[in-house]
Amino acid sequence: MGARDRRSTPAHSRLLHSLRQLFRHRALVQSLVARDLKARYRGSTLGLLWSFVNPLLLLSIYTFVFTTVMPGARSNGIEHFSLFLFCGILPWTWFSSSLLESSNALIAGGNLIRKVLFPAEVLPIVTVFAGLVHFCLGLPILAAFFLYYRVPVALADLMWLPLIVVEQLLLTLGLALLLSALTVHFRDLRDLVANVLTLGFFLTPIIYPLSQAPAWARPWLNANPFTTLAVSYQEVLVVPGPFTGWPRLLMFAVVSVLVFAFGYFVFDRLRDTLAEEV
Amino acid sequence: MNAIEVRDVRKTYQRYGRRKHFGTLKSAILTGRVTRDLKADDAFEALRGVSFDVAAGKTFGIVGRNGSGKSTMLKLIAGIGRPSSGDVNVHGRVSALIELGAGFHPEISGRDNVFINGMMLGLSKREVSDRFDEIVAFAELADFIDEPVKTYSSGMYMRLGFSVAINVDPDVLLVDEVLAVGDEAFTHKCLDKFAEFRRRGRTVLLVTHSLDLVTRFCDEALWLDHGVARGQGDPRRVVDAYLMDVASAENRALDRASRPATETRRAEPHDMTTAVEGRWGTREAEILTVEFVGADGVAAHVFESGQALAIRMRVRAHQPLDDFVFGVGLFTADGVCCYGTNTDVEGAEPREFAGDGEVSFIIDSLCLVAGAYKVDVAVHRKNGAPYDYHRLLYTLRVTSRVNETGIVRPPHRWTFSSGIRISGL
Repeated sequence: MGARDRRSTPAHSRLLHSLRQLFRHRALVQSLVARDLKARYRGSTLGLLWSFVNPLLLLSIYTFVFTTVMPGARSNGIEHFSLFLFCGILPWTWFSSSLLESSNALIAGGNLIRKVLFPAEVLPIVTVFAGLVHFCLGLPILAAFFLYYRVPVALADLMWLPLIVVEQLLLTLGLALLLSALTVHFRDLRDLVANVLTLGFFLTPIIYPLSQAPAWARPWLNANPFTTLAVSYQEVLVVPGPFTGWPRLLMFAVVSVLVFAFGYFVFDRLRDTLAEEV
Repeated sequence: MNAIEVRDVRKTYQRYGRRKHFGTLKSAILTGRVTRDLKADDAFEALRGVSFDVAAGKTFGIVGRNGSGKSTMLKLIAGIGRPSSGDVNVHGRVSALIELGAGFHPEISGRDNVFINGMMLGLSKREVSDRFDEIVAFAELADFIDEPVKTYSSGMYMRLGFSVAINVDPDVLLVDEVLAVGDEAFTHKCLDKFAEFRRRGRTVLLVTHSLDLVTRFCDEALWLDHGVARGQGDPRRVVDAYLMDVASAENRALDRASRPATETRRAEPHDMTTAVEGRWGTREAEILTVEFVGADGVAAHVFESGQALAIRMRVRAHQPLDDFVFGVGLFTADGVCCYGTNTDVEGAEPREFAGDGEVSFIIDSLCLVAGAYKVDVAVHRKNGAPYDYHRLLYTLRVTSRVNETGIVRPPHRWTFSSGIRISGL
């Protein structure tokens, strides 16, 4: 089918065509995400429960470190520090694990790309959506914490949450597509990405509020695309008072769409080389 | 109407030099040579302008040696790669049996894998459910379908992969040498399935080394050689042309292999009981060259079973001899003697042998089955003391259209009583 359809068409209409094809493959993406989840926990005793236990354990560790081991490092002015941490770590885990896995997705699925007529972009996309599922499974735990600490959440603020998630989804998809295709050509990217993500974790206001960063560093932190998202999550969920960051969030919507489009464009351009290089 | 149209297709694979293989993003950036590094040092042309059409409903075979571009062609038709230049047009849904079960996840059940694999091959979830029972039945895996695929034997794995791919029910089915996977019974089932495809007017493109399959199943065949189409048309003729080419290539290879032995081995008398191959003797008489000659008088190394064959020796006596015997022996590749004789055992009486001469041992009909054979030639005294003995130095290959077993093919025919009707013999 593909051999006939995708020939000698201008780049932009080809891109649109590929996007339409992608939409047609949504059932496949869905099945692959389900397969990933199933396969991941197959044979383990706790099974899907790990998706709850993992963030819980991670949160306990961070809470322990910042309240007991080094209480000095804990930011003052934040009432419920573990909640604050959780609001940043949960989306960050989705973001970083998706990028790490997608940078390896095409190489791991090389057999498919070389031997089967198969839409290669499905592979990195699946890793992002699998991350989203884990993220969503973490939300009930977050809710439980809010109940436990009896922290009220403004419903009006909560309305923004879906938009933040969608923006993060688009941003992550764009970067995942870009990375997966480039890694096929430059294998070092895999290791590079792992380290950049570790650095990124500290360069994003996750374990500290943006307000606490020194003034000279703030422009740099703001340049980090994930800062907008992390701050929005924190303001919407834990920071008291109405959500004031919405103009910035709306602007970031444009950025995330552009990143997605750019990532998909690069992927589409490199598509033909993938089968040979993988 | 054509199901597949291939127009002047070229496919060039870039071969990168050392820089690309070890150089990576880091070095590309550090040396500022990103674009230069991405340029190929060398290009390998897998296909060099191939054109052909496959009419809808036909079964089409592609034959050729390893590396001739067959699989590349198939991938281009499947849409997995795109030609560097030229056009590939395929009408209708394509399914490619290139690698069976690619994309199966070992940890999850056969059932889930069937769904995902089917969707990867372009079916909707609904279509897979509709065909699910058929897929499982064809793969003969009803008892195991809910077990994880990692517990399957490789045969089960392949069967499931084949079954999914074939049940995509494509208009054009591409098959790359996958029939070798199953056991005999499954292979027959697959062939039946292909036959059913043909009956229903679907197009099948077969890439295979099994020439038998091509002549039996295909309506048309194409012979690819180093990325160029060398012949196309009636499968019998294409296959024969291909076989003749393979035979002449083997001839050349064997020719190169046997020449040094005759020319350079001037060995001392060997211990004849332990020597496996070699040349020995006093050299009062010498065998200078040995050639195998066919009915057409041309020297060769590959002969069809049933053809005439002459072993022609140029010989020289350095002094006039009256005690001499010429002998030849024919051995299988693993050393079993098929036939040995000499002029003495056949009752000939030597009179005189002086100067140069030529001796030919002529077999009117080479009654050996297909395989490689080694040849001994010798000239020696009546008591056996060798003047010049060439032990297993020459190789000849016998080919046959028929796949018999054993060593000797006695001249034979079949007869049948009137109640038995049989054709083709």
